[in-house]
Amino acid sequence: MTDTYLTDKPDPKITRASVGQFAQQYGVLIIIVALLIGLSFASDSFFTARNLLNILNQSAPLAIIACALTLVIIGGGFDLSTGAIFGVASVSAGYIAINVDPYLAILAGPVIGLGLGAINGLIITGFGVHSFLVTLATSLVYRGVAILITGGALIPVRIAEFSWLGRERIGMVNVAVIVLVLFMLLMMFLLNRTTFGRKVFAVGGNEEAALLSGIRTNLIKIMTFCLSGGAAGLAGVIAVSRISMAEPQAGMGLELEAIAAVILGGTSIMGGSGAVWRSVSGVLLIALIGNGFNILNVNPFFKDLTTGVIIVVAVALAASASRSR
Amino acid sequence: MTDTEIAVRMRGVAKSFGKTRILNDISIDFLQGSVHALVGENGAGKSSVGKIIGGYYAADEGTVEINGETVSRFSPRDALQRGVAMIHQELQLVPELTVLQNVFLGLESQYAGVLVQGDLARFRALEETCQFGLDPHAKVARLRIAERQKVEIMRAVAREARIIIMDEPTSSLTEDEAERLHALIARLKARGKTIIYVSHFLDHIIANCDRVTVMRDGRVIHTDSMAGETKQSLVDSMLGQASEISWPALPAAPAAAVPPLVELKEVCSDTGLDGVSLTIRPGEIVGLIGLVGSGRSEIGRVLFGADRITSGSYLLDGQDQDRLTINKAVQQGLALVPEDRRKQGLVLTQTTRPNVSLASLDKISRYGVLNPRRERARVERMIDHFGIVPRRVDGDVAFYSGGNQQKVLLSKWAVETPRLLILDEPSRGVDIGARQRIHEFIVEMAEAGTAILLISSEIEEVINLSHRGYLMSGGRIFAEASCADLNVDEALNRIFHEQGADPSSPERIIA
Repeated sequence: MTDTYLTDKPDPKITRASVGQFAQQYGVLIIIVALLIGLSFASDSFFTARNLLNILNQSAPLAIIACALTLVIIGGGFDLSTGAIFGVASVSAGYIAINVDPYLAILAGPVIGLGLGAINGLIITGFGVHSFLVTLATSLVYRGVAILITGGALIPVRIAEFSWLGRERIGMVNVAVIVLVLFMLLMMFLLNRTTFGRKVFAVGGNEEAALLSGIRTNLIKIMTFCLSGGAAGLAGVIAVSRISMAEPQAGMGLELEAIAAVILGGTSIMGGSGAVWRSVSGVLLIALIGNGFNILNVNPFFKDLTTGVIIVVAVALAASASRSR
Repeated sequence: MTDTEIAVRMRGVAKSFGKTRILNDISIDFLQGSVHALVGENGAGKSSVGKIIGGYYAADEGTVEINGETVSRFSPRDALQRGVAMIHQELQLVPELTVLQNVFLGLESQYAGVLVQGDLARFRALEETCQFGLDPHAKVARLRIAERQKVEIMRAVAREARIIIMDEPTSSLTEDEAERLHALIARLKARGKTIIYVSHFLDHIIANCDRVTVMRDGRVIHTDSMAGETKQSLVDSMLGQASEISWPALPAAPAAAVPPLVELKEVCSDTGLDGVSLTIRPGEIVGLIGLVGSGRSEIGRVLFGADRITSGSYLLDGQDQDRLTINKAVQQGLALVPEDRRKQGLVLTQTTRPNVSLASLDKISRYGVLNPRRERARVERMIDHFGIVPRRVDGDVAFYSGGNQQKVLLSKWAVETPRLLILDEPSRGVDIGARQRIHEFIVEMAEAGTAILLISSEIEEVINLSHRGYLMSGGRIFAEASCADLNVDEALNRIFHEQGADPSSPERIIA
């Protein structure tokens, strides 16, 4: 009986609903454009290729994590361990770069991250524990592992064969930005053009329906956590090669920033809907706010406060829009 | 009789969900201190009447008087304050709390908000009325369903409810437990409580109720004293005349020489199946006839690999399916259209296109990469085939009517003709037009050589659309019949007879 509840009722408030939906759909882009215009007027040094590329370059590690995290969240999961995986990958890459081979180190970061992500996924599906709890716990474990690897010390990594990833440019564009763009395109491709992406949407949207359609839902979940871990590893390597220093505490709080960016972009925390471009927009928005504060020389105390307010507003808008649907 | 004797009076009550009218002009008087049964087929509206009195649904039209006061738009909480408590099919307890805590939830002995002793003494006093023998300190999560139901009843009694609505109270009880429940009902009645008893179990109703209201298609057929009613008279008025729906002609049944596609032999499962044997041949439509909880859906789930078989064997094309998973079942061309399309069938966050493709992504992809043009063409073909409205490949399924949602769900499996199609309540909650189309579809699939297992609460639907039927009760198949020789009356009579004849076996029903 309840299924006929929402039948073809013509929507009388077309204007309000459609405005709400538009705001929900493209809200983050609207704010970004507004910020771009506002900051361009406020400062001459803002709207320059150099500054904009710089913003992109600085947010590349976070954006890479957010891209893959989008798939986890669309699949109905949650990953709180990306910051810790970032740390493990950082120190492992640093260690390998110095003691083994710098190119192998670059490869090792993502691979180690993928493995740690796989552990997350196996625990979550094997024991049927919510991903929030599992990744909260494994983040502590992984952080501990990172500290064990170095004994708590920092590892300076000054090797040209290693630091090109975070420091070099091709033409005007930073290598890290190119890596980010490629990674983003890969995630978009996976999500929108492959059977895997379809299954991710189905698992997050209605797990039982996915299961009853013959989808191996656990395998799909594990794969999303692998991607998320791998992305965190890649981000860690980029960061280490940029600052030429591997530290076990690197990436503290990064997991929350990534989640904030995904949510700010408009991907549903309930799973089943969302997009990679949204999360990248979320990252850029947060980065733009930070950049604006620097350029305008405003007390940085207001930066987090403003970011937080914008996240609350964006999420509230999205919630009210989805309620009116 | 005077007005004071009427505990609940309903006059001209109507209720609709969307376009579907589920209750029409309901007028019933429930007398104080009586046990009043509501009977009818599934979907007749008996639970909805209970939910209106219990404050879960608001009536669209008409009036409801409780103890002489007219009430409108009230919540379950308001209903409780007026002395109305409803005991659900899905129980509403806090599993992590103890029996005692659940019984007195919101009524704890307290002084200025600080909990004080005294609940235990109150519990013991309550136990004198109820005589359930429950351990007050047991965690509800560890109790069996029957025991949880007792907790729920104690909770109603603790709230001094004067009117208690019980929706299918015996469906998860053994015969012995049901008897004890009925003894309690007699005690409650002796204390002047009014019990509204919604049930399928006619034996229980005849033995324990004073009055009965028979419902059909959302209307009251009649309300009478139980004296003089028999099982037969109740079944007759529940069914009424045959409806006007026309049924499509069935294709000829496959020849007897055709080997079965599917064969179950003495299959048991944790979900309550008890020695089930059946066969389905290609091109044959086989129906399962039984009431809710008789194990119909469970057979479908076992065939689809969704539930594990604990003993017995399952042969598909002569091959043992010992370790069947849903994934393997789908790969072998098995399809299940589940009972609850919104919860189990559709991904409502997505549009028509991905929903239709979900079970056959391999067919529209290469190395895991989707071919959008092929996908689109397939979905368009399905939309035309079923007449799905709106005709949009990326329509928002969440807002489709029940009938169109069901068509999308059927498309998911029809798009690659399955070898076995299990349909669980394929026409529940859909309008007449969609229903006819769905019936035609079932026949089309059989003509194309698909083996079909049809499960429906509407016995009429099963009988008219199946070649053969299996009669079920309590997780067992107790008879097989050719549907051409069967009619609804006879089928129901046999089921009720079987229920009555089998009092010794504890019900293993999972509602």
